[in-house]
Amino acid sequence: MTDDRLVIAGREFKSRLWVGTGKYKDFVETQKAIEASGADVVTVAVRRVNITDRSKDNLLDYIDPKKYTILPNTAGCYTVEDAVRYSRLARAAGVSDLVKLEVLGDERTLFPDTAGLIEAAKILIKEGFIVFPYTNDDPIVAKKLVDIGCPAVMPLAAPIGSGLGIRNPYNLKIIMETVKVPIIVDAGVGTASDAALAMEYGADAVLMNTAIAGAQDPLAMAEAMKYAVHAGRLAYKAGRIPRKLYATASSPIEGML
Amino acid sequence: MQDAIRIHVNGQERTWRSGATVADLLQDLDIRTERVAVELNLEILDRAVFGQRQLQSGDRVEILGFIGGGAAAKAKD
Repeated sequence: MTDDRLVIAGREFKSRLWVGTGKYKDFVETQKAIEASGADVVTVAVRRVNITDRSKDNLLDYIDPKKYTILPNTAGCYTVEDAVRYSRLARAAGVSDLVKLEVLGDERTLFPDTAGLIEAAKILIKEGFIVFPYTNDDPIVAKKLVDIGCPAVMPLAAPIGSGLGIRNPYNLKIIMETVKVPIIVDAGVGTASDAALAMEYGADAVLMNTAIAGAQDPLAMAEAMKYAVHAGRLAYKAGRIPRKLYATASSPIEGML
Repeated sequence: MQDAIRIHVNGQERTWRSGATVADLLQDLDIRTERVAVELNLEILDRAVFGQRQLQSGDRVEILGFIGGGAAAKAKD
């Protein structure tokens, strides 16, 4: 689907599967899984550099920023101040103005604090950031995020790392109908069919981490997700048949004995 | 013999030589400047000033970089 590029804030993306880089065994596995997934956008976190043990490799030695779009996140931030601080640090670390903005509301659910999210997004957009907000499956919040200048919205399918799949397809569909920017379904995907469904509903991309990194065979799951997202996108564009209660014969009656 | 200063680097108290700049500190720690952000007493520094900003006793330096993280990892540290 070379004519089916995803464009956000003037940037073109080849892949509609975006992946996180957490929870892998080591950087080699991270690198291989990303390669198998075909993703060209990868999320990273910002943390203190280990100053006592410098033997540890750097993640960016394995994920070439020239080859991939590096999308720093503000994972672990529970306040507007922290999320803004981490976003500025990410930009200072020199990758780009992109940030996947997370303002979390609660440690147990990791649900977004949407009031804090909107506040932080406003501050960052004013500072020139391109904000990708991790948000709830709430159409009103999604609309507000777009109104303040987010070039895409990232509603969750289910709680982060839960693998529950899409818990509220109707809300996601409403978001897709009412919001005029790309929708990236983020978090909660468990297996390939979840990703395919998200794309069939009309999502523009899917972002995941645990579903791949936590699978028994992460490389095989990465590949499965690549096909699932591709298949889901094709099915969405192809247009599915309507659901009907009764059968419709697909073989002609004519010519029967 | 130069005076020593006491500074905090990523939460750890360290003794450093006085007159050292942020760039010296990074070099001494064997950290490549192009992939880190440095916060000095809560002020995020532009990479261009690393070589000019001298450290003072009591300074709090935070050096941050990118690690694996995903569709929102829980805070690990």
